[in-house]
Amino acid sequence: MYRYDEFDQEFVTERVAQFRGQVARRLSGELTEDQFRPLRLMNGVYLQLHAYMLRIAIPYGTLNAEQMRMLAFIARKYDRGYGHFTTRQNLQFHWPALKDVPDILDHLSRVEMHSIQTSGNCIRNVTADQFSGAAADEIVDPRPYAEILRQWSSLHPEFVFLPRKFKIAVTGAERDRAAVQVHDIGLQARRDANGRVGFAVFVGGGLGRTPMIAHKINDFLPEEHLLSYCEAILRVYNLFGRRDNKFKARIKILVHETGAEEIKRQVDAEWERIRHSALALPDEEIRRIRDYFALPADLRPRPAESIVLNRARAGDAGLDAWVVQNVVPHKVSGHAIATISLKPIGGTPGDATAEQLELIADLAERYSHGEIRVSHEQNLVLPHVALDDLPALYEALERNGLGTANAGLVTDIIACPGLDYCALANARSIPIAQRISERFGDHARQAEIGELKIKISGCINACGHHHVGHIGILGVEKKGEEFYQITLGGSGDENTSIGEIIGKGFSSDEVVDAIETLVDTYLARRDTPDEDFLAAYRRLGQAPFKEALYGTA
Amino acid sequence: MFKAATSGPAKVVTANRLDSGLVVFLDPNGGWALDIAEARILDDEELDDALAYGKEQDDARIILDAYAIDVEVTDGLAVPVRLRERIRAERGPTIDYGEAERQRLAGGQAEAGE
Ligand code: HEM
Ligand code: SF4
Repeated sequence: MYRYDEFDQEFVTERVAQFRGQVARRLSGELTEDQFRPLRLMNGVYLQLHAYMLRIAIPYGTLNAEQMRMLAFIARKYDRGYGHFTTRQNLQFHWPALKDVPDILDHLSRVEMHSIQTSGNCIRNVTADQFSGAAADEIVDPRPYAEILRQWSSLHPEFVFLPRKFKIAVTGAERDRAAVQVHDIGLQARRDANGRVGFAVFVGGGLGRTPMIAHKINDFLPEEHLLSYCEAILRVYNLFGRRDNKFKARIKILVHETGAEEIKRQVDAEWERIRHSALALPDEEIRRIRDYFALPADLRPRPAESIVLNRARAGDAGLDAWVVQNVVPHKVSGHAIATISLKPIGGTPGDATAEQLELIADLAERYSHGEIRVSHEQNLVLPHVALDDLPALYEALERNGLGTANAGLVTDIIACPGLDYCALANARSIPIAQRISERFGDHARQAEIGELKIKISGCINACGHHHVGHIGILGVEKKGEEFYQITLGGSGDENTSIGEIIGKGFSSDEVVDAIETLVDTYLARRDTPDEDFLAAYRRLGQAPFKEALYGTA
Repeated sequence: MFKAATSGPAKVVTANRLDSGLVVFLDPNGGWALDIAEARILDDEELDDALAYGKEQDDARIILDAYAIDVEVTDGLAVPVRLRERIRAERGPTIDYGEAERQRLAGGQAEAGE
């Protein structure tokens, strides 16, 4: 894992001291809320429906056991004993008192964590494939580049007051698990015929009220140009992005209004001017950063088949189901990547208690070389588990409510905090997720349905990614009541698509039945059990689903 | 004391406390209560004064962003009209969370099949 150098540590420590002074001045009245708001937002502190909320960055979703224990400690000491993992690979605490936030940030800084640039019109926490550095299908580990981007974008003087927030996602596999095409910049690391590393560069994707799929403006950007090229994109955006209208200020609107061809031309022109500047990345520097992300030294190949695991699976249907659903191949023989579902049947998606976080820290140390990942699907991942250890790992998880075998299934729902916590919400998200989860909670039924991604947002800001859900659910308010609009056919992978609204919305009472109708329609109409919901929808179109929901009339 | 409506539509002034961020309601003594049952129930004439007082309290760094909400009063008890405000008045989400949720799930008390 990356370790802070002196500069990083000093910077974070200074920032905590600075914010401590700002909070003190706010509480003593030297600062008004209007003066203080931008300062607290720069440090990840929001005011939500019930209380303040603190958002903590987990750069590219990677953290170690020590950091996880610190999050548990903070949850217990300063919050209400739990935290919420988000689609942006952040952790949110919903109940911190303002006066405690400097102490919380101080604790975080001791384990190389912070809340800087988790809010505001700056370059936000860079997100990445949660299986980075471990996946069997990985071509390039994208995290060294995410780290390089983090260093470049941290307090970059030119980019602290952008027209709007700016989100970058990176992946290094053909299978896109980081939803790069719905980010302001999406980077897909790849290799050319000579084995050189470079990136396909996507620009102008986004969700929110105007969902857009990014345009690829470069097919292969050699790695040494990563920063100069991103800087060129940011400069074009900073100059021409619409500051006149908050709703049109994201780069996606600029790309849409200007045209991808013209944006590419402008970016290339700017890039030509700066590509040989100090931003060119020397080989040694890339290698130096890459060394931080090397596989654990004691992770050695083992036999590809594990007799221990096979025997245990034969005798334990729960373990077997979990391995089928939550475990994927590792790049090193005899190992696997295990997804820890934070979607227990009937639970709040993405929440974990302090005790669970501590348990996961212990298990990471015992079974995963101390490493943990956060996925944008609001689950946790142990990236380096020996096959022989899977039975013991599962047993410990299962005993603590963390063994749900549903990764990628209908109950693995993404849901934003919605009206239960969020000041911007129109409707609740979490109770809908819980009721759908209970409806489809039976394991055999879920397995029969197969891969199906349901994503729920409580308002058009789309924090719950509903636009790219195979089934998306958007909460709206209609005459003071909660209503839910359903979209179908969205997808956030390498074949990104934006879901289409299927028809008029459903009341809170009706919406779970409507989802069940959609699922039943799919089951009745799929070609083979291997044709998943999205594939069937793409083949069949809206008609049969519309008819099932609304009748032919 | 202020005259208080005992039934029908009325207003209540709400805010968040500056230090804790928690939801509070203006009470009849000019304090800020966590429980809406202790809120001062206002008619339209009193509202401007109450909001002006809220502004003063904001300047005095006690609370943040005071605003009025519509409530329906029954037997002296105010219930917010909008769902958003009902949830705020409940002092937390409509679902359980943290350890309470974990125990519910562990106890298998989740209502099966909804
Ligand atoms: C609770 C406080 C939150 C506030 C005030 C908030 C606010 C917003 C706003 C205003 C937008 C629209 C931005 C735009 O289109 O320009 C947005 C988008 C988004 N937020 Fe949040 N959000 C919150 C929580 C979350 C949470 C919990 C998550 C993760 C589950 C999240 C992840 C995202 C994502 C993924 C988007 C859409 C992607 C995009 O930026 O285009 N946010 N949020
Ligand atoms: S989508 Fe809306 S309701 Fe949900 S967290 Fe984002 S801003 Fe809040």
